[in-house]
Amino acid sequence: MADTTIHAPGHGTTTGLSNNKLAMWMFLGSECLLFGGLISTYMLYRGRHEGGPGPAQVFDIPLTSVSSFVLLMSSLTMVLAVNAAKAKDDRNTKLWLTVTALLGSLFVGGQVYEFTAFYKEGLGFTTSLFSSSFFTLTGFHGVHVSIGVMMLLALVAIISRGRITGDKAEAVEMIGLYWHFVDVVWVVIFTLVYLIPA
Amino acid sequence: MSEHAEHAEHAEAHDHPTNSYFIWTALVLALFTALETSTYWIDFGSFATPLLLILMTIKFFVILLVFMHLKYDSKLFGAMFYIGLGLALGVYTAALCTFQFFVK
Repeated sequence: MADTTIHAPGHGTTTGLSNNKLAMWMFLGSECLLFGGLISTYMLYRGRHEGGPGPAQVFDIPLTSVSSFVLLMSSLTMVLAVNAAKAKDDRNTKLWLTVTALLGSLFVGGQVYEFTAFYKEGLGFTTSLFSSSFFTLTGFHGVHVSIGVMMLLALVAIISRGRITGDKAEAVEMIGLYWHFVDVVWVVIFTLVYLIPA
Repeated sequence: MSEHAEHAEHAEAHDHPTNSYFIWTALVLALFTALETSTYWIDFGSFATPLLLILMTIKFFVILLVFMHLKYDSKLFGAMFYIGLGLALGVYTAALCTFQFFVK
């Protein structure tokens, strides 16, 4: 007879831990190397803006502060979604996941606005070493946030259709880990790129 | 059952933090962000950079330990992440030293 018992994540693995979660943490560890490289490159080139505007001329700290606050609050709504999923409360899980996706979209919108404003002020991707390293770093982060928003919305759709085959709470937690990591990276970028003067 | 699996089950058995605990944590993080942002308007002199670096580090680890549950989860998850983080810090600090970033 087939075993139809639903096991907790990690049950039956040699470590007793969920292999999916272990893989996600390994992935996030490897992402540290990616963002570390991009941040280091920016730190090296942030003073190289001959022939174009520099950080002090273009950065809009009040706008970026609001964006940072929005992303920070999205981490709170994400963790509330994880708690709701663990309590098997589908309605609140979908609600908090949707709010997180909206806050993430707001952050990406702020970044698009910022990039457009910089371009109008004469700071293109190839204007200087500063601009290239800045757009590459913040652009990569923006892409990560955008992918996170897509994963959140996909998760809401999958939960709504009842198509999660494994442990639902673990699926929400995995996306949550990725989302919090994106927030953690922004904490570093906000301080090192925007707030500490070149 | 292996010792590792017992540890894992013990970690799973920990009570999950409540929503109010997460809301208070988020409020503290928001306060820290406000303090960081204030350095743009208020002149902290030579204290500004160390203050910003300390606040950044605190925020980084609060999100990692509380929101990402590393404080409550198995140490093996933390090890996976800290190996990557440590490697990144080592490699890129060495790279920045090579380019004499810290002596400029």
